[in-house]
Amino acid sequence: MGHVPAGPELFHAQANAALKDPQLRQNFRGAMDYLQDKRKNAFVDPVEEDKIRTLCESIRKRCLSKLPELLEQLDANCTRNGIQVHWAQNDKEANNIIANIAQSHKARTMIKGKSMVSEEIELNHEMAKLGIECLESDMGEYIVQLDGDKPSHIIMPAIHKNKQEVSDTFEKHLDDFTPTVDVDELIQTGRTRLRQKFHDADIGLSGVNFAVAETGTLCLVENEGNGRMCTTVPKVHIAITGIEKVVEFLSDVPPLYSALTRSATGQAITTYFNMISSPRKRGELDGPVEVHLVLLDNGRTQAYQDEEMRKTLQCIRCGACMNHCPVYTRIGGHAYGTVYPGPIGKIISPHLMGLDNTKELVTASSLCGACGEVCPVRIPIPEMLQRLRTEAKNPPKPDAMPMKGQASAASTLESLAMKGFAFAATNPNLYHRGAWSATKLRGLVPNNMGPWTQCRTSPKLANKTLHQLIKARNKQAGDK
Amino acid sequence: MRIYPAKPNSVYLYGTCLVDMFDPEAGLDAISLLEQQGLKVIFIEKQTCCGQPAYSSGYTKEAKCVAQHQMDLFIEPWPVVVLSGSCGGMMHHHYRRMFQGDGTQAQVEQFCDRVFELTEFLVNVCRIKLEDKGDMTSVVMHTSCAARREMNVHVTATQLLNQLDNVELKEQDYESECCGFGGTFAVRHPNISQAMVEDKTRHLAKTNAAVLVSADWGCLLNINGAFEYQGQSMQGRHLASFLLERTGGK
Ligand code: SF4
Repeated sequence: MGHVPAGPELFHAQANAALKDPQLRQNFRGAMDYLQDKRKNAFVDPVEEDKIRTLCESIRKRCLSKLPELLEQLDANCTRNGIQVHWAQNDKEANNIIANIAQSHKARTMIKGKSMVSEEIELNHEMAKLGIECLESDMGEYIVQLDGDKPSHIIMPAIHKNKQEVSDTFEKHLDDFTPTVDVDELIQTGRTRLRQKFHDADIGLSGVNFAVAETGTLCLVENEGNGRMCTTVPKVHIAITGIEKVVEFLSDVPPLYSALTRSATGQAITTYFNMISSPRKRGELDGPVEVHLVLLDNGRTQAYQDEEMRKTLQCIRCGACMNHCPVYTRIGGHAYGTVYPGPIGKIISPHLMGLDNTKELVTASSLCGACGEVCPVRIPIPEMLQRLRTEAKNPPKPDAMPMKGQASAASTLESLAMKGFAFAATNPNLYHRGAWSATKLRGLVPNNMGPWTQCRTSPKLANKTLHQLIKARNKQAGDK
Repeated sequence: MRIYPAKPNSVYLYGTCLVDMFDPEAGLDAISLLEQQGLKVIFIEKQTCCGQPAYSSGYTKEAKCVAQHQMDLFIEPWPVVVLSGSCGGMMHHHYRRMFQGDGTQAQVEQFCDRVFELTEFLVNVCRIKLEDKGDMTSVVMHTSCAARREMNVHVTATQLLNQLDNVELKEQDYESECCGFGGTFAVRHPNISQAMVEDKTRHLAKTNAAVLVSADWGCLLNINGAFEYQGQSMQGRHLASFLLERTGGK
């Protein structure tokens, strides 16, 4: 049975549990090593890599700089193409919109391609309440769903499991399954079980990778073909996306697509790339008769309104930042207790869920910068974290809109300590006296320094400070 | 890519608070290295700390105060050579960001442009040529994340070690991975930090190198402390001391 993460406020407990699970740690280390390698081989020429990242960053920046206009243009062009566009402020509104569509068709079953936004609004759960069954058809999501679990990675939802564990899951939940660790056989098993479901489902639901404003086209990147099945076989197709996924021109898509697949799985292209521009047209033999697009805000405008934090929305959800994150590698995706884990999760979740709920996440980084180094759209994730830490500690500036959960990590004690630090560091005499007495009293450094000494000895102070030594050295030189 | 100035006559040395308290010898050794290059080295008494602890904890206002205090001390247009990639990154990159939009930004940028990490200064400004006078030995190097990703000075540190004929530079697995220090991160998230430093020490020890060097005392506090806790003999030292010793300056 998979473990269902409770929430980001339990980050410490969840991370500690993960750290104590050797199998889980091994699974993640192995998977991340593999993905890091894949990416490395996809970007062999650093000069080319640099160019691509710069190009993709500029595309995303340009599109975000015109976000409101582009969304309106997207709405107009989709509508012209016959796609019905809906706007949702938050998870509740999005679920209502989808429920209304489902109920107008008396739908009982929904088959889903992979969509992290549908996880964000807890669609499966909400639809179940209305008696509508949602079935995940992405292989990873399918495995996770069988387990009653949640995805632990945005690209590879079941990456926390190895082949043996997948076999165990199948054995537990599927009739007539003979345990195997043959990957092809495992995948075949999933595919066969899902085949009939595509035909029977009343509604197909998918995410969106890029929504093109210029043409009113929804682009979907995938490898398994289930996305294509979800968006063509059922009579009704609902696509749901965060508002930031809009791009201006069709020509913006190829570079972003290439950067996405190369960063994520090291692929030059994926097996499938779907472009959906309308429902079935007269005379066409297949395709849904109705296509809906749900545009979700859910806190994204908060990031948008702040010019610096707006960079967060450049994200194209490739997952490279988590694949290269030393923290994610060790605790896995579930520990975060958020839909988006890892570095991108740490900077987007505060906007979605409030800083009060996510304040532990923004400190859970050594700011090593591995994430920023690989991000194909050059989001300076460490800088974003630093900024969020500041917002978590301080009230908003007089001219700024407060963030959700602003100042929730403010601590009188820590703030006093930092004021003390700043006072000492701007009063050299005090500072040097402090350093001087520290070295004088170095015999008194305790062996137990709380968390520090749980795996290290306490730091050893020198018997004289550099300031003292230089003074002596200069004096000596002067005496000569 | 950074454009480097011609070699000046004088430089400022920024010792950093960790070198000041934990390895002052490294500060003296760096001075000797720079003096060997014919430079006059000025150490400003009143320097304290670059302000990073406050900055990375979200106390930007306090960090700016500290930063302003440091910048005011280095009035001559000489380079400021910093004995840590991490503090170098703070002073070269983050000071700019902190003062963005303030009236003083142009001045701040001028200061930031003068900040160099020790190894990049030795290689790219001094164009140093090292002559190895030591016996055969092997060394493994750890570079801090800021040194690597903000300052790109893992390159220059490696170049320096490669100039030493009798030193074999060993490569560790996961070389670019963080050691788990991250300032307050080690204390706020001790168990994650522990997992990271335990892996790091294992990879370093596996190289069987005779010496561990780093140009960052933040990482060394973490790595050395873990090695000692585990009862292992490997202990890292500052690259400046190692270089001076190898070239017979000590
Ligand atoms: S933040 Fe960058 S690296 Fe991370 S998922 Fe988004 S685009 Fe990919």
